[in-house]
Amino acid sequence: MYELRNIKYKDILTIDHLQLEEGKVSCITGKSGTGKSSLLKLLNSIYVPDSGEITYYGSPLSEIDPIKLRREAVMLAQAPLIFPGTIEENLQAGLKFAEKELASAQELHQVIERMELSKDLGENAEELSGGEKQRIALARVLLMRARVYLLDEPTSGLDENTEIKVLRSFIDESRKNKSTVLMITHSIAAAETFADREISLDT
Amino acid sequence: MEEQGIINIETWRLISAYIFVLILFFIVKARGINRERQIIIATFRMTIQLILAGYVLTLLFAHSHPVLTIVVLIIMAAFSIHTIFRQAGQPLSSHVKKAIIVSMSVGSFVCLFYFNFVIIHFTPWYEPRYFIPIAGMIIGNSMTGITLAVKTLLDSLRSNRDQIEGALMLGATPKSAIKPYVDNAFDSAILPTLNNMLGMGIVFLPGMMTGQILSGVSPLLAIEYQIVVLLGILGSVSLAVILFLLLAVRALFTTKAQLREDF
Repeated sequence: MYELRNIKYKDILTIDHLQLEEGKVSCITGKSGTGKSSLLKLLNSIYVPDSGEITYYGSPLSEIDPIKLRREAVMLAQAPLIFPGTIEENLQAGLKFAEKELASAQELHQVIERMELSKDLGENAEELSGGEKQRIALARVLLMRARVYLLDEPTSGLDENTEIKVLRSFIDESRKNKSTVLMITHSIAAAETFADREISLDT
Repeated sequence: MEEQGIINIETWRLISAYIFVLILFFIVKARGINRERQIIIATFRMTIQLILAGYVLTLLFAHSHPVLTIVVLIIMAAFSIHTIFRQAGQPLSSHVKKAIIVSMSVGSFVCLFYFNFVIIHFTPWYEPRYFIPIAGMIIGNSMTGITLAVKTLLDSLRSNRDQIEGALMLGATPKSAIKPYVDNAFDSAILPTLNNMLGMGIVFLPGMMTGQILSGVSPLLAIEYQIVVLLGILGSVSLAVILFLLLAVRALFTTKAQLREDF
């Protein structure tokens, strides 16, 4: 699906060759500063490599419309992105940005449950705790039914028990949709439980 | 003493007005506020600039010619663009500078020519007695509007880079990722003009109207002029600012829909 050759990005990241397979869950591990977030941003076309080539289903990223790519391979940023407004507005924001059909009330309730949240959809999202915001942001990308999920530490603010539950729901759902998941995590438990493949960026 | 219905201010009376500056000067000195230098410079520059403007205008009125009027218009626009660059308070990329130049020129000139040809409708079209003061008001206000828009937009983009990139990561177009910040910049740029209109005639009488009334024009005619001038200013500020914002949005992103590192 994704293939990276001789990638260099600033002084942060160097990858000789990396291939990511469709439908698999890969966990990226590595110390701080090893370029984990930069790798996801390169795959999401937020960054452009200084040299080398990244292909997506055989086509170089430089030739793919970046907006179209991001709607297929969505990325969840490390800092949970919360917009002023209700939980519902925040959940629908991704679909709105990607100009996709909005989710039904039933889908919204389901996704909230999957994220282990018991919140009213009308609540002000900005007043939620850090961990709750993170789960809203994760629920938002899940609703987008993407082909690829690029997740930058999606559950770093959760306790291990909740983390495993939330990720299990997310990954079960993404496997059902035959989506590919590429996730940065510091959690050994999460990586051991869910990863089909572990990619370490430590040299 | 009287000339065309207005009292001539004799030189010694004019000089006596500088007592107001002295009052301010002593207040800041007595209170130890470090502003003496700026007060002297501001007073000096205001005096010299206005004396020069007076002579230049007298000369222009006496030798009315289309080329002269156009040259003055270009100088005004160039000076206002330079002022925006300086007052932005931050280094601007060439993309943003281009957006400022185009929006400032197109926005104010379109409104200025509509105002002159349709609303006031004076002949000849280059008559400096009308053309230059009207151009000054329209260009000056557009300049203030764009300065506010530049500052608000760039400051909010810097402090919300994560939010904008977060929206792009989800597949947002640059236009939709940046919309709240663009709307906010537009709002802050037109707000002073709207507030000015709200207080008009009650809180204060604007300079142009006061000048006309002092020179013997009937207050009703002066008001007619003031209304159209305010509407013209509102139009030119809105047009120049929205043009700037639309051009800037394109300039702030790469062709790969990435928010530029430097803007």
